[in-house]
Amino acid sequence: MAGGTFEKYKSDGSLAGNALEWVDARFPATSLWKGHLSEYYCPKNFNFWYFFGSLALLVLVIQIVTGIFLVMHYKPDAALNASGVPIAFASVEYIMRDVPGGWLIRYMHSTGASAFFIVVYMHMFRGLLYGSYRKPRELTWLFGVGIFLVLMGEAFFGYLLPWGQMSYWGAQVIVNLFGAIPVVGNDLSILIRGDFVVGDATLNRFFSFHVIAFPLVLVGLVAAHVLALHETGSNNPDGVEIKANKDEHGIPRDGIPFHPYYTVKDIVGVVVFLMVFSLVMFFAPEGGGYFLETPNFYPADPLKTPNHIAPVWYFTPYYSILRAIVWNFFGLDAKFWGVVAMGASVVIFAFLPWLDRSPVKSIRYRGPITKVMLTLFVICFFILGYLGTLSPSPMGELVSQVCTVFYFGFFLGMPWWSRMDKFKPVPDRVTMK
Amino acid sequence: MKKFLIALLFAPIMAFASGAVVHLDKWPGSVSDKASLQNGAKLFVNYCLNCHGASYMRYKNLVDLGLTEQQVKENLMFTSDKIGSLMTVAARHDEQKQWFGATPPDLTIIARARGELGDAGAGADWLYTYLRSFYTDENRPTGWNNVIFENVGMPHVLYGLQGSQVLNHETHKLELVVPGQMAPAEFDKAVSDLVGFMVWMAEPQQEFRRTLGLFVLAFLALLFVVAYALKKEYWKDIH
Amino acid sequence: MSNQGKMDCGRRNLIVATAAVGGAGAVAALVPFVSSLLPSERAKAAGAPVEVDISKLEIGQMMTVEWRGKPVWIINRTKEMLDTLPKLADQVADPKSEKEQQPTYAKNDTRSIKPEILVVVGICTHLGCSPSSKFKAGADEGMGADWLGGFLCPCHGSTFDFAGRVFKAKPAPTNLEVPPHVYLTDTRIVIGEDKKGA
Repeated sequence: MAGGTFEKYKSDGSLAGNALEWVDARFPATSLWKGHLSEYYCPKNFNFWYFFGSLALLVLVIQIVTGIFLVMHYKPDAALNASGVPIAFASVEYIMRDVPGGWLIRYMHSTGASAFFIVVYMHMFRGLLYGSYRKPRELTWLFGVGIFLVLMGEAFFGYLLPWGQMSYWGAQVIVNLFGAIPVVGNDLSILIRGDFVVGDATLNRFFSFHVIAFPLVLVGLVAAHVLALHETGSNNPDGVEIKANKDEHGIPRDGIPFHPYYTVKDIVGVVVFLMVFSLVMFFAPEGGGYFLETPNFYPADPLKTPNHIAPVWYFTPYYSILRAIVWNFFGLDAKFWGVVAMGASVVIFAFLPWLDRSPVKSIRYRGPITKVMLTLFVICFFILGYLGTLSPSPMGELVSQVCTVFYFGFFLGMPWWSRMDKFKPVPDRVTMK
Repeated sequence: MKKFLIALLFAPIMAFASGAVVHLDKWPGSVSDKASLQNGAKLFVNYCLNCHGASYMRYKNLVDLGLTEQQVKENLMFTSDKIGSLMTVAARHDEQKQWFGATPPDLTIIARARGELGDAGAGADWLYTYLRSFYTDENRPTGWNNVIFENVGMPHVLYGLQGSQVLNHETHKLELVVPGQMAPAEFDKAVSDLVGFMVWMAEPQQEFRRTLGLFVLAFLALLFVVAYALKKEYWKDIH
Repeated sequence: MSNQGKMDCGRRNLIVATAAVGGAGAVAALVPFVSSLLPSERAKAAGAPVEVDISKLEIGQMMTVEWRGKPVWIINRTKEMLDTLPKLADQVADPKSEKEQQPTYAKNDTRSIKPEILVVVGICTHLGCSPSSKFKAGADEGMGADWLGGFLCPCHGSTFDFAGRVFKAKPAPTNLEVPPHVYLTDTRIVIGEDKKGA
């Protein structure tokens, strides 16, 4: 627990007080409340970037609740109904049209999927800005990378369920990637599909993973992520350890209790987020064709590939990296190395705590090299993401190769460039900017 | 500095954003024009529903176009007598495949499916252009071809209304050679109504969705005011 | 909120205001979720009124049609069957059909529009089993010797007479439900509709 042990609740003699005392003697209610909320001390200088952790939690709740209600009506069945439409696809339209309020729940879930990635990417970027992954918060960061990986799996499985053209061919392409692994590849992709092509068996197992297995793991990892964070305490935009400077009661001088200060602040963040969320959900639920891709309004047709397949936007940076690798090495073909590069581009985030050798955490006290490198990294990430939505072209391939090289260069060169920079002195106390 | 970074971010995107695009005529209609949608519904059941299903759509939903159940039953229902039934097509899919070479696609959400990636709403323009771009072509089994959907299996079902066009291979323009029952402007209006109906049918609650959105945003604005005041109140002593 | 009691009035008001507005929003957000639990358009279409031709229903025969997934019995009662009804008036729980288990046009001695034709939902009002017909009087069908004919629910033994009235001291609390129905012609009934509207 963050601040050691807490005294058990003592009743004031009222009925509610007695009930609370009874519970608290048998369950750590007071210590959970105090340890994680009312006496969990956060640095007082959190800025805009610090909203996204609690927003990610909010989106997780939205996805779970809407998901529970969607499962009541959705049918994971690739067989054709009387009108010649796959039952799974028809059941989504059934939710959109026949279930009262179903369209709203479905749009919440589809918008929520994209919102989840936007929020998580912002949350990760915050970590890059202020060195939140560094000692002593390495484990918090590792749990976070785990959450990101599971979230990608969750999104991938979920995207097959509407059984539209993009669902089908996207899954077909991604599962075939495993075929690139030497020796076992083909058998492995058959094992994943449970069939020789993406079919009913695939749909049913993806459904099972999407609604049961991955959400369970996700919730567990989120709990671990928060517990690990509360053990070390939060970082802040100055990268100053507030626990190093405590007052006579043992309370950090720059700390304020999460509740009520950050609860009331996060409520404001939640409301602003919900406004943006509502703007998309009510006025552009397709997200310009990026949140709900237009080919997915055609039911899956195993005999006809759409002219242009692109993964959903949140996967496109990695997809670009996959396509950028066109060379054979060591007798293994480019397809294999593409898959390796794609996997590495995600997993490499896990090594950040040990790649960064800068003496200070926060970008505020780091020099121009860090600022230029981080900016270029973000630009590369955006370019890769954008190229991933386009059809392959020679120009696009070249640009994506340059960006891929820089993407990995950013991480692999970090032990050197992070040390070479100029640094400003870090203050003893946090600053309120 | 920030502006520069943003410009740097988007410059490469702009450089790649131009691709070859088929020219589509802009659909001139609106989904809030009830009379137009009613006319579109009539055209749809008369000309489309014989071969294409709208099998996620219930006849009952047509009441939202400002019709009574009685009017729907008398004017728009030919294959079914139950107002709650789906607008399916009587023809069998395997037979249709033999006749046309492909099963005619279901049209319920065609207006959403026809947009290009990143260009939501383009489905209406596509349909509006497509339905007006048939021309006679002796090399096709149906005798018809289409400018924006080459070698399409579908014949020109609105032939009687539009008349027949030929493609001038030099100018790449369509020329009307045999007039139909409607003058060109009148025909364009009819197709616009029909497309409007298909756009509406793709998401019958879309108008309500936008209205509800306004209420939700207004509510959130109110919540923002009180929540922000509460935050200010608590944070006034934090320096 | 453990602020050592120095909560001032303005702060309290703001908390109340935020909680009230936020709470109202939370309740409103429940609407789509709760309404998604209601019958869908498909269920409503399946539950649409059913038209039945009873021209082939012989006297003394019963037919079952499905309406909203429930069995609806249509019984062409004989004179003898109808004659049993007044005799049972003191044995049944609700002889005058006082409880709202039928439309007003079926609140009469025979619980029907036409005296001989009974239309009734074949679902026991106790816990939803479907009773079986025991039309023969006496002990022939396993009933008591004084049995005049009617229905027996196999689940918990509730018995009903030829008008679907429940006998006294049985688990079922009310008479069988008479669904809304209307005669289009002499031999065509629509079940699920009171009067031919559309």
